[in-house]
Amino acid sequence: MALTTKERMAIERHRMAEQPPDFRNRNFEEVPYGYTPEQAVAEAQRCLSCKKMPCVSGCPVEIPIPEFIALAAEEKFAESARLIKTKNVLPAVCGRVCPQETQCEGQCVRGKKDIAEAIAIGNLERFVADYERENDLMEVLKIQDKNGLKTAVIGSGPSGLTVAGDLVKLGYKVTIYEAFHRGGGVLVYGIPEFRLPKKIVEAEIGALEDLGVKIYYNSVIGRLYKVDDLFHSMGFNAVYIGVGAGLPIFLDIPGMNLNGVFSANEYLTRSNLMKSYLFPEYRTPMIVGRKVAVLGGGNVAMDSARTALRLGAEKVTIVYRRAREQMPARAAELHHAEEEEIEFRLLSSPVEIFGNEGGWVTGMKCQRYELGEPDESGRQRPVPIENSFFEFDCDQVIVSIGGQANPLITKTTPDMKVNKWGYIEVDPWGRTSKKFVYAGGDIVTGAATVISAMGAGRRAAKAIHEDLMKESDETFTQGWW
Amino acid sequence: MYEVLERSEIFNVHKMVIKAPEIANSINAGQFVIIMGSEYSERIPLTVSDWNTDTGTITLYILEAGISTLELARMKVGDSLYAVTGPLGIPSEIKHYGTVVLGGGCYGIGGIYPTARACKEAGNKVIAIIEARYSPMFYHEKELHAVSDQVLYATVDGSRGRKGKVEDVVTEMLEKGIKIDQAFFMGCAEMLERCSEATRPYAIPTKVALNSIMLDGSGMCGACRVSVGGETRFACVDGPEFDGHKVDWKELHKRKRAYAEQEIVVYQSYSHECLSEKKLRGEL
Repeated sequence: MALTTKERMAIERHRMAEQPPDFRNRNFEEVPYGYTPEQAVAEAQRCLSCKKMPCVSGCPVEIPIPEFIALAAEEKFAESARLIKTKNVLPAVCGRVCPQETQCEGQCVRGKKDIAEAIAIGNLERFVADYERENDLMEVLKIQDKNGLKTAVIGSGPSGLTVAGDLVKLGYKVTIYEAFHRGGGVLVYGIPEFRLPKKIVEAEIGALEDLGVKIYYNSVIGRLYKVDDLFHSMGFNAVYIGVGAGLPIFLDIPGMNLNGVFSANEYLTRSNLMKSYLFPEYRTPMIVGRKVAVLGGGNVAMDSARTALRLGAEKVTIVYRRAREQMPARAAELHHAEEEEIEFRLLSSPVEIFGNEGGWVTGMKCQRYELGEPDESGRQRPVPIENSFFEFDCDQVIVSIGGQANPLITKTTPDMKVNKWGYIEVDPWGRTSKKFVYAGGDIVTGAATVISAMGAGRRAAKAIHEDLMKESDETFTQGWW
Repeated sequence: MYEVLERSEIFNVHKMVIKAPEIANSINAGQFVIIMGSEYSERIPLTVSDWNTDTGTITLYILEAGISTLELARMKVGDSLYAVTGPLGIPSEIKHYGTVVLGGGCYGIGGIYPTARACKEAGNKVIAIIEARYSPMFYHEKELHAVSDQVLYATVDGSRGRKGKVEDVVTEMLEKGIKIDQAFFMGCAEMLERCSEATRPYAIPTKVALNSIMLDGSGMCGACRVSVGGETRFACVDGPEFDGHKVDWKELHKRKRAYAEQEIVVYQSYSHECLSEKKLRGEL
């Protein structure tokens, strides 16, 4: 029996059960437990299936949201997951890491008054994808006949995996080159286990390998091969560059090279990829801080802070130059961090890191800020308050204030245009200035989200297909005549 | 993948010849690889001391200094490494300098060989200077002799060559007025600093191959950052070779000791594991 709108409206949003804060802050297990099938159905029934589908317009890859929710409401969970996968190959990932409150859920009519009342689209996406995977219902996707064309994908992060998945289905031979010894890019080195269990990423990569995608690990392109080598010696017809995050930025203040100062990339890579939270069984060491300061206000800062806590820190403080409302982190991450009693020192920025004789961090000095006029991003610009400083003790500092473009590939591909910051210039479909070379994700946009990188990958796969088909038609015609 | 084809040991420096044809094909003098013995291992950077494109192999000399190198040292012919990533870093700048001095200690005795060879091929007069505690500790000599006009030795106990270290030989040369157009040094950070100090008064262009702590090796993490001429540089992508007269050695020495305490923890746990293994096998 279909519910009436009134009945649907009467159902309250289902929160996902979670590990309690004072328990989870000392383990690396995932925080939310996930919906039960009953909760998922009930949550799905809250959707009004509105004609305008504002949620879809809020989604960077235009998942048919009301349709997948309707399937979930009918308990057709696997079908629901498969429908999502027509637009998004990694729903179990995106359900967990997308900033839904600024995307789909942010547009939901039920969240107009209070965002907390929007349909829990992310939770539902996660549930149906988990259901499909955990019940071994993952479908081996149909692949078109091999078309004899070879494509190389550099980087196995969200955008690379998307491109690889799309192209292999279209009949291309796809080879991924990954710099690390494991695949997944930021999904494995960056996002912690407690937010995205690595078995999910492994399952997704396994599914791609089942489709015939070949992954070469330990392959740093730009050093092992140049992009031109991929065409000339290796015979690839197109190359996609999705190498992601670049070089970490450190502040230009005294003390940045003291022991105990890490980039968030290093800190998280040690803990996540190298599993140093399982030291000494895993050999990569990690220094456990007692009082840890994290600089920055994005998801990576929250991940670093919460990792520090789980590794055994007594106190973790986030130091951020702007106000809480301006933090770029997902609402859920901020909420979780606050629940876990991470301290926030807002409108503050360090001016010096103090160290001892042995070269170890002992504390920092910060300047206080206030909000001024809006800047080009529309956020009120933080302005330093003169002569307003404070100091506090810490023995570790994790710098999470963003990065700059990694030059390994661009420097060795001089005929491909980059902008003044070193990011690769592309057209809306991911075409670079170099023929048959495409790019997407953070190496084009600078630090952004998993879903936007996936969207870029999807568009690039279309462009690659279009360009190569056109080219092979021409070759065919020429050969014929 | 990455099968160990040859193993030998000269005191606690372990020679390992590894199957890695792609790396052998693309590597140049001065570059390094990052290896992992097993999936539990650390990623550790190692200079490649030789390679052979015909056999598709690379040669590494590994100084057994901590748990990760100890575990590598236990690997035998026929075993495979879990990961070998490379080539990494910027190759040595090779050109016609005139007279080139290459100083190596420890793993650097093998490590300087590719740069010496490349310098020789570029028409330079090549003088290799190698140091060890005492004479039986030298290795890779035949190869080094083949590409050098002169190989000079320094030993702490005086059992071969000059009593002393590389920098003593360099200083002696410079005091005698021997012209050096370019110097390269490879070895522990302490040796690199001493050698740089030896060439500084004579303003000899000096490149040192830094071995700071690394993780990814592709510039992503910044663990290997060093101050060179007041600027922060990443040894993995901007190096490994830097101007030895501009490196902030004090900072580098401190940064290299960052994990000293953890090294002990992991070592203890390792010995404990060994004990339990032995107990299981009934050997204790």
